[in-house]
Amino acid sequence: MSQKETVGRPDRHQDDDGGDGYDQARFTDGDRYEPLLSEKNSHEVAVDTELPEELTRDSLELPALSEPELARHYTRLSQMNYGVESGPFPLGSCTMKYNPPFTEDIAALPDAAVHPGRDEETMQGTVGVLGRLSEYLARIGGMDAVTLQPPAGAAGEYTGVLVAQAYHEQNGEDRTEVLIPDSAHGTNFASAALAGFDVVELPSGEDGRVDIDALAEALCDDTALLMLTNPNTLGLFERDIDEISEMVHDAGGLLYYDGANLNALLGRARPGDMGFDIMHYNVHKTFATPHGGGGPGAGPVGVVEELAPFLPTPMVRETKDGSTDEGDTTGELSYELYEPEQTVGKVHGFLGNWQVLVKAAAYIARLGEDGLADASAKAVLNANYLAEQLDYDVPFGPFHHEFVASAEQDAADVAKRMLDYGVHPPTTKWPEIVDEALMTEPTETENRRTLDQLATAFNAVAREDEDIVEAAPKRTAARRIDQVGAARNPRLSWHSLEE
Amino acid sequence: MLETVGVEREADLFDIPESVAFDGTLNIESRSERAVTREFELLLDHNDDLVELLGRGHYDHYVPSLVNHLADRQEFLTSYTQYQPEIAQGFLQALFEYQSMLVELTGLPVANCSLYDAATALGEVATLATRVRETSGSHVLVPEQMQAGKRGVLENYADGAKLSVESYPMDDGAVDIDALGAAAGEATVLVYAESPTVRGVVEESLSEVAEIANSNDALFCLGSDPVALAILEEPATVGADVVVGDAASLGMGAAGGMGLGLFATRDEYLRQVPGRLVGAGEDESGRRAYTLTLQTREQHIRRERATSNICTNQAWVALRAAIHAASLGPDGLVELASDCVSRTTAVADRLDAVPGIEAPVHDRHHFREFVVRSDRPAEAVAEDLTDHGFAVHAIDEHLLQVCVTETNAGAVDAFVDTLEVVA
Repeated sequence: MSQKETVGRPDRHQDDDGGDGYDQARFTDGDRYEPLLSEKNSHEVAVDTELPEELTRDSLELPALSEPELARHYTRLSQMNYGVESGPFPLGSCTMKYNPPFTEDIAALPDAAVHPGRDEETMQGTVGVLGRLSEYLARIGGMDAVTLQPPAGAAGEYTGVLVAQAYHEQNGEDRTEVLIPDSAHGTNFASAALAGFDVVELPSGEDGRVDIDALAEALCDDTALLMLTNPNTLGLFERDIDEISEMVHDAGGLLYYDGANLNALLGRARPGDMGFDIMHYNVHKTFATPHGGGGPGAGPVGVVEELAPFLPTPMVRETKDGSTDEGDTTGELSYELYEPEQTVGKVHGFLGNWQVLVKAAAYIARLGEDGLADASAKAVLNANYLAEQLDYDVPFGPFHHEFVASAEQDAADVAKRMLDYGVHPPTTKWPEIVDEALMTEPTETENRRTLDQLATAFNAVAREDEDIVEAAPKRTAARRIDQVGAARNPRLSWHSLEE
Repeated sequence: MLETVGVEREADLFDIPESVAFDGTLNIESRSERAVTREFELLLDHNDDLVELLGRGHYDHYVPSLVNHLADRQEFLTSYTQYQPEIAQGFLQALFEYQSMLVELTGLPVANCSLYDAATALGEVATLATRVRETSGSHVLVPEQMQAGKRGVLENYADGAKLSVESYPMDDGAVDIDALGAAAGEATVLVYAESPTVRGVVEESLSEVAEIANSNDALFCLGSDPVALAILEEPATVGADVVVGDAASLGMGAAGGMGLGLFATRDEYLRQVPGRLVGAGEDESGRRAYTLTLQTREQHIRRERATSNICTNQAWVALRAAIHAASLGPDGLVELASDCVSRTTAVADRLDAVPGIEAPVHDRHHFREFVVRSDRPAEAVAEDLTDHGFAVHAIDEHLLQVCVTETNAGAVDAFVDTLEVVA
């Protein structure tokens, strides 16, 4: 690389509005923020193995960098990324709470690293953690049995839909429809379709909740399931849940709880007590496991007793001589894996996202029921406090752990400009029931100082001229990215950059 | 804060009807961080200290310390899906580099930035196969020897797409080409084969498999993993339309089965790809920048017509796999893979010399693992091995399966000695 190519960009942060941003000593070349691994150094090696030549490739070309170069590469990449420890992250519906690092230490214990193909007698520790987490989740959700196998929330939805399908089939019923409110997460629709169901969309009522009349009209002999998020994506509790439950069950359908918003209800209300038959838990949201730049998460599924025989295999249970007393670490713990009688089979190749599950179990044990209830109380208080500070209309309420504000500017632009104020913006333009939606979930782990900082960012943007907002962001690692252009001409690997 | 909001207690903020309010106990007691850590240490200590010679879809390769330290940087670990690419360039670039390495390894031009695991990736291919085909079909064909979990997941996905899953026979651990040819027909939408197979066999007739799939207007999906792909024939060259597998063989080690769904395919199926794709574009300053792209395939936009229901994926595992691959470099990765062939041959030869043992059962080339026949019942041999500190698979009445990587190679001498006692 020539000297010219490696000099920095002194103009980088001397932006239009005079910001003199902080730019830690680092260089970039003219047209890239950080060269790709392959652009730093690449090497082609001939493949010569004991296998016959016709079974092998001739050569392999990959990046070839020294360890210090790699350490710097990924460190520099990390410096262009925003995590929960970088600042507040009120991304609605994603519950970006602080992730206590001690759970990382537990997941990294050498004893936690086992192969899933072992007999359960030789991995009682792993199976014991799974058994304990199943039990915790069952109590928290008011469910009778919990599978930990689904590797994400959407996988949990899919598993729940499969369970409902199997249940109806066993009753000799061919129910082909799943009802989903228009304000639901996109995954609900996709998960129902993946299992082969027809999706019937329910319009929301004027108050943002389920429209009881529309529900009554949609329910029929074909109804297999109603999928609900409660509180819903507007943060509203479905007050008519008793009536909804009765209507769905009278029609012969089942009721599904999308656990994305469970963080609002811990210790205060349980889906099982509201008449839900099936639910999934987003442990990466509610139980504080880190989101890892998109995953892994885990989406355990709880069901009422009548549906337990249909859960995926294997399930974990305590054996007769076992003991799961709280805090018991010395007793003769004993767990076994078993196949439920009418199991829907497998939804993950092995036992699910083990490392995520063990972190969630440790988090729940740390907080205990009082800590969990307090988490929800603070999550709801924080959302209400933040909303109170904002110069934005919040059309629907009373909301719980999240609210949807309405921007007078383009919500996506507002989000981009908030980046310049050093905070992560909310989810934008969804749910569509609110104009220019800013779906905001501060979570319980932010304190008043941080919430005030967030409010300052929101309100500053609301007062700014359109041209400044539309030109944002200016103080981020990259300027606004042309997503339409990127989609029009997809370049998905470094090979495609050479073309 | 309560005053600002205008309530006396937090409880007043909840709009929950009394009929469904919870007033019982969850019976979960809070413990200190120190107590929880100690409790989990003791609980996990109930895992027996075994040398695992286990594979069958989940592999334990040594993960360099560098991978842990870099991937655990909070900016990576605690971030989420890159909805705001301007503050997520680091992760996006790392995922773009991951996709690029898979393109190099598979020879296919499109790789997504992760699915959950090999099993769900294969399931997604079944649904893709129905979408890209002009005429409807009725079934997918899979090898009779297949990891049970993978087959189970596939059956669920296939069922939702109104497809059945049917097996074709294997001949000495590899595809029986004549039998596959006879089994495939107009109603076949997808032919799945693996190399290495679940039994570690390196498949020798992948081009013939591709031909059978092609001639029936079916997709050919190849199952493999990034370590094996470092040396095996390029999937694109043998005619694979899609490659799936568990890419966590790099970056994770033994992780209780937690995986990383690898998915790569041809350009023509780009708009049918499940999961997230990272693309390169430009920012306002004209510099190259990365973003999630072609999102109209995805559930948050397309809902029930999306190519998949996946949202949260395994991005952080993909980051780990990429760092691991980069730290090995082409020389290291090819060496690692070559060892998976030569070491396996050497260990099989040693086991074959043990009275009462035949290894490998299949007269084929092997990668990382192989099947062993025992005169004594396999379950009994496996149990005795466990008592001596070794875990192996018992896969049939007289068949065991043994997997050897650099992480357990040091225990092979002791394993052979033990087998001489218990075989």
